[in-house]
Amino acid sequence: MALRTIISGRVIRFGAVLGGRSMSSWWGNVEPAAKDPILGVTEAFLADPRPNKVNVGVGAYRDDNGKPVVLECVREAERRIAGNLNMEYLPMGGSAKMVEETLKLAYGENSDLIKDKRIAAIQALSGTGACRIFADFQKRFCPDSQIYIPVPTWANHHNIWRDAHVPQRTFHYYHPESKGLDFASMMDDIKNAPNGSFFMLHACAHNPTGVDPSEEQWREISYQFKVKGHFPFFDMAYQGFASGDPEKDAKSIRIFLEDGHLIGCAQSYAKNMGLYGQRVGCLSVVCEDEMQAVAVKSQLQQLARPMYSNPPIHGALIVSTILGDPDLKKLWLKEVKVMADRIIGMRTALRENLEKLGSSLSWEHITNQIGMFCYSGLTPEQVDRLTDEFHIYMTRNGRISMAGVTTGNVGYLANAIHEVTKSA
Amino acid sequence: MANSMLSLTICPPSPSSQHHFKLGVASSQTCFFGKDFVKAKSFTRTKMTVAVKVSRFESITMAPPDPILGVSEAFRADTNELKLNLGVGAYRTEDLQPYVLNVVKKAEKLMLERGENKEYLPIEGLAAFNKVTAELLFGADNPVILQQRVATVQGLSGTGSLRLAAALIERYFPGAKVLISSPTWGNHKNIFNDARVPWSEYRYYDPSTVGLDFDGMIADIKAAPEGSFILLHGCAHNPTGIDPTPEQWEIIADVIQEKNHIPFFDVAYQGFASGSLDADASSVRLFAARGMELFIAQSYSKNLGLYAERIGAINVVCSSADAAARVKSQIKRLARPMYSNPPIHGARIVANVVGNPELFNEWKEEMELMAGRIKSVRQKLYDSLGAKDKSGKDWSFILRQIGMFSFTGLNKAQSDNMTNKWHVYMTKDGRISLAGLSSAKCEYLANAIFDSNHNVS
Repeated sequence: MALRTIISGRVIRFGAVLGGRSMSSWWGNVEPAAKDPILGVTEAFLADPRPNKVNVGVGAYRDDNGKPVVLECVREAERRIAGNLNMEYLPMGGSAKMVEETLKLAYGENSDLIKDKRIAAIQALSGTGACRIFADFQKRFCPDSQIYIPVPTWANHHNIWRDAHVPQRTFHYYHPESKGLDFASMMDDIKNAPNGSFFMLHACAHNPTGVDPSEEQWREISYQFKVKGHFPFFDMAYQGFASGDPEKDAKSIRIFLEDGHLIGCAQSYAKNMGLYGQRVGCLSVVCEDEMQAVAVKSQLQQLARPMYSNPPIHGALIVSTILGDPDLKKLWLKEVKVMADRIIGMRTALRENLEKLGSSLSWEHITNQIGMFCYSGLTPEQVDRLTDEFHIYMTRNGRISMAGVTTGNVGYLANAIHEVTKSA
Repeated sequence: MANSMLSLTICPPSPSSQHHFKLGVASSQTCFFGKDFVKAKSFTRTKMTVAVKVSRFESITMAPPDPILGVSEAFRADTNELKLNLGVGAYRTEDLQPYVLNVVKKAEKLMLERGENKEYLPIEGLAAFNKVTAELLFGADNPVILQQRVATVQGLSGTGSLRLAAALIERYFPGAKVLISSPTWGNHKNIFNDARVPWSEYRYYDPSTVGLDFDGMIADIKAAPEGSFILLHGCAHNPTGIDPTPEQWEIIADVIQEKNHIPFFDVAYQGFASGSLDADASSVRLFAARGMELFIAQSYSKNLGLYAERIGAINVVCSSADAAARVKSQIKRLARPMYSNPPIHGARIVANVVGNPELFNEWKEEMELMAGRIKSVRQKLYDSLGAKDKSGKDWSFILRQIGMFSFTGLNKAQSDNMTNKWHVYMTKDGRISLAGLSSAKCEYLANAIFDSNHNVS
């Protein structure tokens, strides 16, 4: 550290610096960090004064007026929990009730794994926190392992496994020419990876592409995983958001469970319950038996303790209040479907608008893809033009958050996309 | 890695004719995974998954119970009526009930009425929260605030804020050591271990006086390699309750400056030590006034009773606004792969209480009441011990110690006796949380301490 060597020879007398602020800093070598590619988009959007600006950057749901939504079931839950419960520390593993309900969503209401207590699970800081604790856990207990990550993936996946010091490899996923799944190459990569590799899979509504394997393809992937003895880690951030039906969206995971895989899973309530800022999710690891699950859970807690001690309570209470009450749960399921349906409707509208404008390009992928995001196929330069000329904000990989598209702006958006692509 | 695959699941035929297909045979231990496409229509699905793959995590052993949080778990399991939980530092009323502050209830009510949304906070947290938090620590008119020299990032209470700081140290000061007091809060070493920051201890607690080993502390800080980080408890040292005097703080600052060390404050009890938020921040302000660069981790768990909301902040005082901006941006890069952005609820409560003059004043009053109750049980415990113990042993350290905790001087065996015989739950280092003691139970506790001290070695 150059700066430290420079000042290590100096002795600073206390009298000389009373109130003084011209002393050298320890921080001379700290560069300003680049803006986060996703969250930085929103910052830029907020700074833009134009009234017709459009934010299709971060994946946060908006209603048809472009406004953030707090679900009715959430408001009701909030009213019920306000004021009366104390704020004592949750256990390190978080709210047991919340975790119990959350496991049912991923593993099934009547899952034998749950009944047999074979799942080690803790409340986590949304999907990010769940992935990070898993990555740290993987590093600690399988120190020589690597993680296989699809190309492309949510940008923060790379940051997470990197900061956990787990080496990364990639596997083919997105097929640019068809704007669909490159299944053959993906299967090759799975087969060629060393036996027993760790793979990170998006359970549904792949981020950023919106391209998911079909059910048949999932079965093949699962089979090949068995042949190779790979470890499947599922990141499920959009259960309910893909098709509107949480059971359907968990199909990939259920296929793997039926085939006897011992999976890991990150779940998030950020999108499907609109609890973004509450940071509530769950990390689970399927074990051979109850005893092992207890041991694994204790080790997951050991990783959480020096990171944040125990997780935040508010979001967990909202979740357990909703999922623990049949009426509220029904309401939630309805509201999730409304959100998913609106997005599906906007996909159709965007595609139709582009086709009506006479675009010579194919826009099928907009309606083939699923979930919050559309991988438009736009180049970074085209994205920059959208931002500079039309004040439309999205990430430079061409990912459009369909949740930010409304009946009010879909025409404007289609027109702008057509403008920047028609000479392509 | 060897696999034992014993699935007996038979899959129904696929409608697509293009893919390879797996064929399971319903005999006991064998399975065939052929690649022949099977056209048969009469397969039924037999869920006879007999055994699963051997787990990757087969050899994982049970982690030991957390020395602090594990105490509460043990307490909950105890069915004895006389049991007393003096383990974790969570404030209790005289009725030994958890306490949600009135200002917090009012703030939550306001928030509900406003019907605020739940959008992601920025990575650095709620701006209004960061502002009032730095002002609470330094005073709104402090030069470091006016000159924008403080990088403040909302963190997951004290633990999360310490962890961010540790990660920053690991990244920008590779090889630098953190010196922690002996003893210190149990989780400090876990945090630095997991962040891969080397640490060593400086002398702090003197068992013979049940006070501060000041000479040892100064000597150890002097002996540390230049540019070490010195972890200091801003007030109400945990677990001992022993704080340096103002004069001693000046000398500590002298030594740290001489050796070019970086002071790193853990401020988890601002307001709880003396009852005054400003007085409890005086050590931090002393260092800042000298123009030093320093780290401060803050927590609202105790002083606003927001334990489970996980709300706190990491502050880095830099010598320039430019450095502060750069440092803040790098802290964000560390937070993003940990949890992306921090939880909103606690941040909003703090912003509404600390940022609202009326609620802030009310908070100060509640703070004084809580700290006052602890002072009065200290007195009562001391008096009860004096009445019980006629051996001449000096228990006055109980009155001198500050904050939620008291280091009783009991060793592990004696602490075990407290639990096993008297159902008094505390940590094995002899620490009791006075926040969990009611004046009604002081006599019982005095009996337990007397018995453990005199009859157990």
